[in-house]
Amino acid sequence: MAIEVRIPTILRTHTGGNKTVEGSGATLAALVDDLDSKHPGLKNRLVTDEGKLHRFVNVYVNDEDVRFTGALDTEVKDGDSVTILPAVAGG
Amino acid sequence: MLRIDRAIHDAIVGHAREDHPDEACGVVAGPDGSDRPERFIPMLNAARSPTFYEFDSGDLLRLYREMDARDEEPVVIYHSHTATEAYPSRTDIGLAQEPNAHYVLVSTREHGERTGLAGDEVEFRSFRIVDGEVSEEEVEVVASYLFGHSPTTVVYD
Repeated sequence: MAIEVRIPTILRTHTGGNKTVEGSGATLAALVDDLDSKHPGLKNRLVTDEGKLHRFVNVYVNDEDVRFTGALDTEVKDGDSVTILPAVAGG
Repeated sequence: MLRIDRAIHDAIVGHAREDHPDEACGVVAGPDGSDRPERFIPMLNAARSPTFYEFDSGDLLRLYREMDARDEEPVVIYHSHTATEAYPSRTDIGLAQEPNAHYVLVSTREHGERTGLAGDEVEFRSFRIVDGEVSEEEVEVVASYLFGHSPTTVVYD
């Protein structure tokens, strides 16, 4: 078992066009590191230089927006489903 | 070029008028890869602001789940400007993250309810925004689109 991660269109350049990829880790931060090792550049699109999630990228663990569950410290486990969606926003 | 049904065009304009002076926003979904905007989905502007729009994060997840389940994609992403022209702002360009979408901008700055003028106008323009580059495209409003491509659904709010 692994953690399934749904990748939005704009990030599929990092995943060879795949809509979903698999990864592992005990926290979202560890999962992102694992994904970045297989799909270089992905982390940079999700996490700022200061080590925080980008304001306009939404990440959900099993339908729960991680902003409300500890952001990158959110615990994840095998069988979880993670969805990444760019915010739809503007001025 | 964006080819869009009259009924959907009018629904977008209607949504923008209704939410004025706040920005209105939403999506028109269509079958994956078809480039056909068929299903009008007005969204709540979680920012409730005259100068900013953002889909609520829970709404965003439900929207994409639903489109996924129906093999759809966001063919059009629209929002209104309420005091400026229908052209992507710097914020719009910086935050545009759907390279395949037509970004429709509507301006209600001169619409009738605001000006009281008889010949009120709501600007309706469409753009591609890819890697920070904006290119405007032609908009063709067609009357028969719905009937030429069936089956389809238009959800009016």
